[in-house]
Amino acid sequence: MWILFRSAEIVPHLMNKSTRRGLPAHVPPVGCKDYPVSAPGPGNTPPQLLRNFCIIAHIDHGKSTLADRMLQLTGVVDPRQMRAQYLDRMDIERERGITIKSQAVRLPFTASDGVTYVLNLIDTPGHVDFTYEVSRSLAACEGAVLLVDAAQGIEAQTLANLYLALENDLQIIPVLNKIDLPAAQPEKYAAELANIIGCDPADVLRVSAKTGEGVDDLLNTVVDLIPAPVGDADAPARALIFDSVYDAYRGVVTYVRVIDGELKHRERILMMSTKSTHEALEVGVISPEPISSKALGVGEVGYLITGVKDVRQSRVGDTITVASHGATQALGGYRDPKPMVFSGLYPLDGSDFPDLRDALDKLKLNDAALVYEPESSAALGFGFRCGFLGLLHLEIVRERLEREFGLDLISTAPNVVYQVTMDDGSTFVVTNPSEFPEGKVSKVEEPIVKATILAPSDYVGAIMELCQTRRGTLQGMDYLSEDRVEMRYILPLAEIVFDFFDQLKSRTKGYASLDYEPSGDQEADLVKVDILLQGEAVDAFSAVVHRDKSYAYGVAMAAKLRELIPRQQFEVPIQAAIGSRIIARETIRAIRKDVLAKCYGGDITRKRKLLEKQKEGKKRMKTVGRVEVPQEAFIAALSTSEDSGPKK
Amino acid sequence: MGTRPFGVYLHVPWCSSRCGYCDFNTYVPGAIEAASPASFVDDAIAEIRIARALMGEQNAKVSTVFFGGGTPTLLPASSLAAVLAAIDDQFGLAVDAEVTTEANPESVNPNYFDELLEAGFTRISLGMQSSAASVLATLDREHTAGRAPQAAREAFAAGFSEVSLDLIYGTPGETDDQWQQSLHDALAAEPTHVSAYSLIVEQGTKMARLVKSGVLEPTDDDVLARRYEWADEAFRQAGLSWYEVSNWARGGPNGFSMCRHNLGYWRNDDWLGIGAGAHSHVAGLRWWNHKHPARCSAQVMAGELPVADFERLTNSEQAVEEVMLRLRLAEGLPVDRIASQHRADVDRLVSEGLLSPADAAAGLLVLTPRGRLLADFVVRSLT
Repeated sequence: MWILFRSAEIVPHLMNKSTRRGLPAHVPPVGCKDYPVSAPGPGNTPPQLLRNFCIIAHIDHGKSTLADRMLQLTGVVDPRQMRAQYLDRMDIERERGITIKSQAVRLPFTASDGVTYVLNLIDTPGHVDFTYEVSRSLAACEGAVLLVDAAQGIEAQTLANLYLALENDLQIIPVLNKIDLPAAQPEKYAAELANIIGCDPADVLRVSAKTGEGVDDLLNTVVDLIPAPVGDADAPARALIFDSVYDAYRGVVTYVRVIDGELKHRERILMMSTKSTHEALEVGVISPEPISSKALGVGEVGYLITGVKDVRQSRVGDTITVASHGATQALGGYRDPKPMVFSGLYPLDGSDFPDLRDALDKLKLNDAALVYEPESSAALGFGFRCGFLGLLHLEIVRERLEREFGLDLISTAPNVVYQVTMDDGSTFVVTNPSEFPEGKVSKVEEPIVKATILAPSDYVGAIMELCQTRRGTLQGMDYLSEDRVEMRYILPLAEIVFDFFDQLKSRTKGYASLDYEPSGDQEADLVKVDILLQGEAVDAFSAVVHRDKSYAYGVAMAAKLRELIPRQQFEVPIQAAIGSRIIARETIRAIRKDVLAKCYGGDITRKRKLLEKQKEGKKRMKTVGRVEVPQEAFIAALSTSEDSGPKK
Repeated sequence: MGTRPFGVYLHVPWCSSRCGYCDFNTYVPGAIEAASPASFVDDAIAEIRIARALMGEQNAKVSTVFFGGGTPTLLPASSLAAVLAAIDDQFGLAVDAEVTTEANPESVNPNYFDELLEAGFTRISLGMQSSAASVLATLDREHTAGRAPQAAREAFAAGFSEVSLDLIYGTPGETDDQWQQSLHDALAAEPTHVSAYSLIVEQGTKMARLVKSGVLEPTDDDVLARRYEWADEAFRQAGLSWYEVSNWARGGPNGFSMCRHNLGYWRNDDWLGIGAGAHSHVAGLRWWNHKHPARCSAQVMAGELPVADFERLTNSEQAVEEVMLRLRLAEGLPVDRIASQHRADVDRLVSEGLLSPADAAAGLLVLTPRGRLLADFVVRSLT
């Protein structure tokens, strides 16, 4: 669980520590000699001393390590308290080395001109599913550090975010990281970056976040190049929400960037999209522990607590103003999160359904993009059809449900949303393949994405082949440098939600990177393929696939299930069907022998335990009609493509 | 303890070499420290005395004794005789007691059988396994192909009236013809009892490693089922009837030749296990000895039973065990021993051809030939 404050007690405790010493709130922990005591306090910082920036980087390119180094160098974290990836607090984030939820940290920094500036580092999520969150984080900044691994070069995701930053008119500071690595090729990748941004290769900074080399220079460059925020201090307050997280003790903590005016403690505020008003119970900054203040002024970045319990009441992208005589014009750019990928989540043990509902209700508080509604499946019982921003989002939610709430879940194969128009003109929005209408369908539309793939030019052929099998259309291709290519494709989203990324990685020895963004819907010749066990369709196995691939899909799926479903006391025919037409058939032969021959030396205990274990294993199966289907069969449907590569 | 049958099992945890498929508690002399077959007799007798003292007064005499292993016949016949004498001395052997020893064909001879008969043994169970040299090699068995039937004949010649042959089917690489030949050769020796076990690849054995690495290919379940059916048919024609899933016996002038000791396990009777790793079951309490012979020896010499752990069966565990064990028997399980919530499953199992309809109508659950092969499924359905 993302817990901003470890416990309700810690915050007052921190406050006490500061006030007891009679020092300003941002006073450093003991042991940081170079801390600039003259740093301006929150709510009282002249905009010209502020620098708001973010770091754009690919997973593994060292963003969190660089952030750690900045925390140390500016003295806001005691070296002894330093822990790796200080800002990534969710366990999953630390384990996967990625940032899901962004953060903002206030760093007082005395530059080489002797002036103490306040740098606000806004941490951005680094994955394709969270593009919108990234865009809002970028909107809160005036500049961005473009951080690229000097041994790997820029990745598609980073490039996409870079374009996003350029659209927001951000000042870009190109930086190569990991220059201490033996495999680093700073010359090559500096040239590549210079080519992309249109700067001189000599302007590309070189750092090692690991050793700290070059980080001081980088911070000075931030001060020199990134413009100070500009806003109207006398106008009604307007602040942009760039993140919103739920904390078990404090309720929703909203991260804001003040554009105009001032957000004050105890003031009534208005959320402009939802028109709801709240009291600002607390405002403050993170440095890197929370420090409350009286106000946040023009250009400042900090947090706001209103006591609301659901992040939906404090939405990323929304504009906050004051409740009375507030601003009339919102900052713009707000949009509702739109789920792109759906999957059914079912408790393995049907009696866990209420627990799953409670768990989703709790997760929702911290995840504005998660949507779900109850559904029931003949095969899997009661569960929820859940909508996600993308596959990673799905995986994260599933993992959190299992890890934090101790649930055993079955998730159905992810699918996209289909718009189906019937001959009589009626239309359906299909989020569950088993509900795909039968009969006279005149038109089916599916979502498509614009995908960007960056890879060494050696793999162009392999990538084209993959995209072709996934119904992709090549839109263009450019060389970023002499041996790196950017390829742009239009692909049906349904074709990439399965295992596209795994396939892409395995066909390019891990070198290719992928980014995509939704690009509307397009018509396609899609059909529903049902899987029947003993003549009965199993809703959880239904899939919507392109007609040209339906036969291959049916054959592969039937063969896979034949492997995965254990033999029963009777013969089990497995069929794949489109409507009433059978397109593939396999048979699971009836089991003939299921008996252990011997009791050794009267060891009855062992035999009884074996029996108990068998019965336990049986409990972990779902009975579909009379057929016992193991959980793996449902999971395997996720990777049912012809030649699925190594699993992630 | 009343008048219920009471058995004594003696575990001889020694073999001249380790077979690749075996996961029993057995050791090769010299391969482990601080223990050897030489101390078996003293240890066993000491353990029998301790058990006798702990169990107190009782009326029942010992109705069956079974020496298993391991390879009991690795020890001199006089050693087995001495242990048997101690059982008689401490507990008293019933007049009609069944006294069996397992025997490996290569470790017995006519003199050995004479000595056993003299000492009071009544039954010999020979580990034949197969008559195919290639199968015996895969099993790491040391005897030659024709030796087991020959040893059976020697036992009969010595005067034993009950001689059993153990067979294993489904060894990786075994052909249908080889199994037919094994059945033929076994029956030619006219045993009064046969056991036929399908080979189970047990985890942690050498054979499991060979299967995992692809050197050996495990035998398909359908093939195992077919071989079981052939065996059942061959035994029936030879006048041996099935009385437990893997056991067949001849009815004869001396009565039905079932192994009464093993019946005690399946009928959930009481028995005392002596020796390393042996299991005991007395009055709803199960316990089992330490597996290591040296550890057992030390504990016994200190005057304690070498108990590693025990369990007091709950009522529901006892009920599960009863179904699990008695269903394996041809004599069947009375339907009223099944928990009420599973009574409906009985009808289903009858209709699926797994339980005999005629017996079910009479209130008795008896496996059909198909049901025997799916006995674990039937048990899972009824517990």
